[in-house]
Amino acid sequence: MSVELDVFVGNTTIMDKEVYQLWLNGYTVNDAVKVRIEGGVMEECEASAEVLLSDTMDQYRTFQMCERLLHHPAKLANQLLFQIPPDRQAMLIERYYAFDDSFVREVLGKKLSKGTKKDLDDVSTKTGITLKSCRRQFDNFKRVFKVVEELKGPLVENIRQHFLLPDQLARDYAAIVFFANNRFETGKKKLQYLTFQDFAFCAGQLINNWTLGAVGKTNNMMEDMDVDLDKEFLQDLKDLKILITDKDLLDQHKSLVCNALRGKTNVFNEMEANFKNLSRGLVNIAAKLINAKDVRDFFIDLVEKFIEPCRSDKWTSIDMNLYLTHYTNSAHILDTFKHHAVWTRYMGVIKSCILRMYHD
Amino acid sequence: MPGKLKAKIVAGRHLPVMDRASDLTDAFVEVKFGNTTFKTDVYPKSLNPQWNSEWFKFEVDDEDLQDEPLQITVLDHDTYSANDAIGKVYIDIDPLLCSEAATVISGWLPIYDTIHGIRGEINVLVKVDLFNDLNRFRQSSCGVKFFCTTSIPRCYRAVMVHGFVEELVVNEDPEYQWIDRIRTPRASNEARQRLIFLMSGELQRKIGLKVLEMGGNAVVGYLQCFDLEGESGLVVRAIGTACTLEKISTFPATATHPNNSSPSKDMKDSPQAAPSTLGCRSTHSSPVHSASSRLSQGFSVSVPTLLFAGMKPRHRSSEVPRARQCRPGFGEEAPGVPLSSGPPTPLRAQTFSSFSPSKSYSRQSSSSDTELSLTPKTVGIFLCPSTPALESESSPLPSAHLPCHLRPGMASRSTTPPPLHISQSDTAMLRKSVSFSEELLLAVSGMGSGGSAGKEAGPLKALLRQQTQSALEQREYPFFTLTAFPPGFLLHVGGVVSARSVKLLDRIHNPALGNTRSYKLLDWNSFTADEPETRDAWWEEIRQEIKSHAKALGCHAVVGYSESTSICEEVCILSASGTAAVLSSRFMQDGPLDTEHRLSRQPLCVFSTGSERVEGDMGSSASLGFEEVVSPGCGFCHIPYDELNIPFPAQLTYCYCCRRYKVPDVLFTTIDLPTEANVTGKGCLIQARLCRTKKKAQGEGNATAISSLLPFLEYELHTQLMNKLKLRGMNALFGLRIQISVGETMLLGLASATGVYLTALPSPGGIQIAGKTPSDITYEQHISTMQKKINDTIDKNKELYEINPPEVVEEIIGSPIPEPRQRSRLFRSHSESSDEVSELDLSHGKKDAFVLEIDDTDAVEDIHALLTDSPTPAGFYSCNTEIMPGIQNWTSAIQMFTSVRVFRLNANLTNQGLNKIFSDLCENLLKSLYFKLRSMVPCCLCHLNFTVAIPEDELIQVAVTAVAMSFDKEQPLENGKQSGEKTLIKAITENDEQLQFNLELNAETSSHNPLSSPKGLSEVGSHLSARASSLEKASPLPEGRSRSLRSNRSYSGSSVAVVKMTPLSFIPGAKIIKYLGIINMFFIRETSSLREEGGVSGFLHTFIAEVFAMVRAHVAALGGNAVVSYSMKECVFMENPNKNQAQCLINVSGDAVIFVRESELESTSVQTQSATTHTSNGGEGT
Repeated sequence: MSVELDVFVGNTTIMDKEVYQLWLNGYTVNDAVKVRIEGGVMEECEASAEVLLSDTMDQYRTFQMCERLLHHPAKLANQLLFQIPPDRQAMLIERYYAFDDSFVREVLGKKLSKGTKKDLDDVSTKTGITLKSCRRQFDNFKRVFKVVEELKGPLVENIRQHFLLPDQLARDYAAIVFFANNRFETGKKKLQYLTFQDFAFCAGQLINNWTLGAVGKTNNMMEDMDVDLDKEFLQDLKDLKILITDKDLLDQHKSLVCNALRGKTNVFNEMEANFKNLSRGLVNIAAKLINAKDVRDFFIDLVEKFIEPCRSDKWTSIDMNLYLTHYTNSAHILDTFKHHAVWTRYMGVIKSCILRMYHD
Repeated sequence: MPGKLKAKIVAGRHLPVMDRASDLTDAFVEVKFGNTTFKTDVYPKSLNPQWNSEWFKFEVDDEDLQDEPLQITVLDHDTYSANDAIGKVYIDIDPLLCSEAATVISGWLPIYDTIHGIRGEINVLVKVDLFNDLNRFRQSSCGVKFFCTTSIPRCYRAVMVHGFVEELVVNEDPEYQWIDRIRTPRASNEARQRLIFLMSGELQRKIGLKVLEMGGNAVVGYLQCFDLEGESGLVVRAIGTACTLEKISTFPATATHPNNSSPSKDMKDSPQAAPSTLGCRSTHSSPVHSASSRLSQGFSVSVPTLLFAGMKPRHRSSEVPRARQCRPGFGEEAPGVPLSSGPPTPLRAQTFSSFSPSKSYSRQSSSSDTELSLTPKTVGIFLCPSTPALESESSPLPSAHLPCHLRPGMASRSTTPPPLHISQSDTAMLRKSVSFSEELLLAVSGMGSGGSAGKEAGPLKALLRQQTQSALEQREYPFFTLTAFPPGFLLHVGGVVSARSVKLLDRIHNPALGNTRSYKLLDWNSFTADEPETRDAWWEEIRQEIKSHAKALGCHAVVGYSESTSICEEVCILSASGTAAVLSSRFMQDGPLDTEHRLSRQPLCVFSTGSERVEGDMGSSASLGFEEVVSPGCGFCHIPYDELNIPFPAQLTYCYCCRRYKVPDVLFTTIDLPTEANVTGKGCLIQARLCRTKKKAQGEGNATAISSLLPFLEYELHTQLMNKLKLRGMNALFGLRIQISVGETMLLGLASATGVYLTALPSPGGIQIAGKTPSDITYEQHISTMQKKINDTIDKNKELYEINPPEVVEEIIGSPIPEPRQRSRLFRSHSESSDEVSELDLSHGKKDAFVLEIDDTDAVEDIHALLTDSPTPAGFYSCNTEIMPGIQNWTSAIQMFTSVRVFRLNANLTNQGLNKIFSDLCENLLKSLYFKLRSMVPCCLCHLNFTVAIPEDELIQVAVTAVAMSFDKEQPLENGKQSGEKTLIKAITENDEQLQFNLELNAETSSHNPLSSPKGLSEVGSHLSARASSLEKASPLPEGRSRSLRSNRSYSGSSVAVVKMTPLSFIPGAKIIKYLGIINMFFIRETSSLREEGGVSGFLHTFIAEVFAMVRAHVAALGGNAVVSYSMKECVFMENPNKNQAQCLINVSGDAVIFVRESELESTSVQTQSATTHTSNGGEGT
């Protein structure tokens, strides 16, 4: 005796959010049933395990049938097979494209290639996220990447329109695409303390300020305008080297900053002692960014050259903010320093990135 | 007469990739109608081609327009090899042929392939220019409207109800043709789909012709079925009720303010409508008229004779014909038609002439009927095992014919030893017969004082003529497929009548088959002369039986009539069932009854017309006047048959509402609960399930085996139903549907109905368990614990369904006529039923309590099984009728669904084991449904329609289609109070009650509307938001984001209109403003990669979803936003897992409509036009 076939089809497709989440998390039907039983649905609705199993299987089947539509969310709205209310559609899409921060940290900045996909079982064991879920998330990244790669126009907007994602999620995907495209190194041990949101914030800063689209230099519809850094700008960054190569300028800069900060911070001494090192660090990063390899090391450099020294000197974030503000502003007062625009564009991003990254 | 069909192919989208190399498709379209084919250009390398073709024009006969579908084939152009078909779209042109339905078909329709399913969509435009056809000899019936709805469609009124129409067409099944061996499965499936399309088109056209002949313009309750007889062919048959419908034109006025405008309007309308119809009919029916009046003399003499005969309780067998004949006549006249010497109804005349026992019964082959007429005392036994014995005599015939089964509500108590039983019923009848004659006298005197017929002769004549004419036209079946009626139409209900017949399928002798025109359809009727064993003759036989059963119940009509078949190999069981009833003659003349507001309970306009007329015409005949007013609430329960000749043992009591007429103790019907019925508490779904093993056999032996099993099966189903009904403390079943399915090694019986407590009927006695061997003490104890369990369950159920019959009412008011004897009688009978514990033995003797005998452990298990029906979870109600009594304030949240389960059995199961499995299967299915729909609580599963089948040896398939509807929880309490008050007040005075009813309705509608209007206006279709919010409530994961999301983003990209589907005839909180035509679709899906498609479940899940999608798309293309009266007629699923193959056939039907939310109706202007446009916009917006 066995149930050979068991099907339920509603005119309005019934989808249980909880089961959907379990499905997205890559649970098997049996595991999902266990979770649901523990969740207490059974008592709530006077159901038996049998009923729960039947419902779960049915829901899983529905989700599987929907999955190919979810790969092209725009299709979900004008397909005829499932009648799904718009708010449900939005929920389905949003959850399908949602990802685990711990997972994305593992693949952030990696090439979205088959090779990486093969390594997902390691990621799965490391993060405790099921392999199935890892694959879905990875495929989502890859799909979004592929689609926006061929599109013109602003990155975030493209993602939002093509995948019907809410604003925040679209920004996160933009960050992922941006990181994958520029292959930023995020996996080093020293960077482990940084969360995905830290990186996403930095990515946003970079996209908004350092890419071609950022300055509106070009006519609006340029390929990859948000994905690639503005080459011209990177070239110009080399000019900033004068701040450390010119001894006078360096001293002058230091005294200006020190004068401004004296008495305003507890770590003044350390700061004064370290000024030249720190300044060299930042300017060197800027000067090297023209090389793709150094772009990849951007975050590791920031941490090594700037954040770590400060942290060992026990700067607070307030100290950091003060310092960077004055460090940036003072440069404009320097007589012989001419590259104000580039300096502002560079330091603006650096300052907000460092401030975001400066935590335990 | 020709018409011009025009089609334009606009574009395609989401096409499949047909060229692997380019990942694209070079698509073009073939448009075919009849033998003409047009092609579009090839649109190269695109998955979203824009053909934007010219208008393809087909000049065709309207006969073809009705028969043929427009066939659109999408193909992939291939330069070197044959073009690959992507898929097809069949478009039914029929809705365009009726001026009142759709005018254009325009929209995205799924491209369907029988192997791959839906493969993209195509945007088409289809129009028809039809020239008016006045040819008398035409073969087409364009313009006849078809409705699946089994009530008068909302926004129409019935001017005339003409009666039963039926037709069937037969053809060879392409699947079994020799050519099928060499063609692809796809070609075979497509041939079948197309053939069935053609056959149903032809069938519809022929039925339409019959309707036109009868003078009607519509078919209501159209029920079309397929019999896949395998080798012997394919039968498509349909039945329906021919009507003359009239569109209610001033709908917004009546709709928004029905209370003030409609009563007066109706009054004005009816006299005008009546003469016109009468006038036109009388011209050609005069000869008949005179003939019948001659007969009438013979009849009028019989009235006094009857009265005396009634008083003398002598050998009833000789009185049978007369007594029966009088009663229906009386029933007809009673409602406001005084019996004068005026012309009797032809029906009566008919009855009279044909109703000598020997003559009428000899016509039928059924043995039990003969038995019935000869020994009326023992009629109660004709459900018991004695019949099969008799039956076996007739079984040697090539087609074993099962004796009929009369199933009036209470026939199944023959568990008590027959001899005792008879003597008791004899005395009971004796006693009661006296009171009956008194009552009859009273009634007759009332009628006598009623004076001349006056105006009322009109309707009578109408009925007369209509029926005479029907008789002329061989319309011998007074059957109605309707299940809900305009108020006042249904006068009395007798009980369920059903007939079954086991037939051996033989190759249909089809003279044209050898012919080259093998696709030309055959009208089987034309061959009846040569071939007696036709499908038509089979059905005729059954219908005759049904008719005679109805007569035996003193009824002249059968309502809620339906037919079905079950086929296994070469054995076929034909079944028909309905409810014997007495109908009012009024629908003939002032038929324009506004059924618009059946749900919101607006029939008051009709009531008031009725009562006013009664006052005006009848004057002194007060007693009859009362009957007329009272009858809406309880009148239909009053027995239509002669008390002296109850065709089955029943206990009659005086009606608990009006105290004037007799009612049975239990009432079974196949119809919906009349809206005006007085119901105590709520109802619930009651199912009897049974499995019986059968030996494998071939041919005649098999048929004989089945027909000898059937009576037992039916009997047990009946007993189960009765037990379960009593267990719930209820006394009536509505919507009863008994399905018997035959397999190779077993028979399956499933009876579903909605149990209710009718206030008019007596409270059901309890169930008493009696042991046969009361020797053992432990055994006694066991019985008593079980008895206690049962009693507890009954009490619990009474509480659950809020059944608390107003006992107080009796004390306070008593009966309208203060007659001491009567009151005491009633009181006694009441105490009998309520104190069943103390008077158990006594009441056993009087049959007040229901006795279950257990003689062995198996029976004990049976009783246990009876108790295992798990109650519905909190917040859920279920019924298989349209609506649940006691729930009125539906929200607009509805969810239609179909669920299918197939269960594999182990071999070698006993009957009991099988029963348990089958019962569990149904119970578990219900439980799953409750769980699935938990987010809609509080809600009611309405129109739960179970279909069982035995697709293979050891497989049981159960399919359910139903709709879940939410209701507001706050109001029911209030309503309950109100209804309680209502019953209280009702008894005081009828006129006051009328007023109260009126006021209450006003209050209800006004309080309902403000409540629903904000919902209706909320951004996304109110049901969606309601569902969403309730789902959010149910789901443990809080989700605030999606909502904010929705407001942020616009979904302008969505071009898919929301189409609601429901098996009901209405949409809660909305008003149907237009019927766009019937949807009748047949699909086949096959796969040879079952595993890859997710196994059988995945395969069927996809297919059902696809069927839904195609129904919705076609409705949307017609301009509609909902399907009402949706049903899945057929779901034949076959699998062969070893070959990784499966095939499924699905047939669905329904009515495409446009509806408007009531709240929108109010907010928009009263103009029809603007309202219409508003809807369509609204529909697309959501």
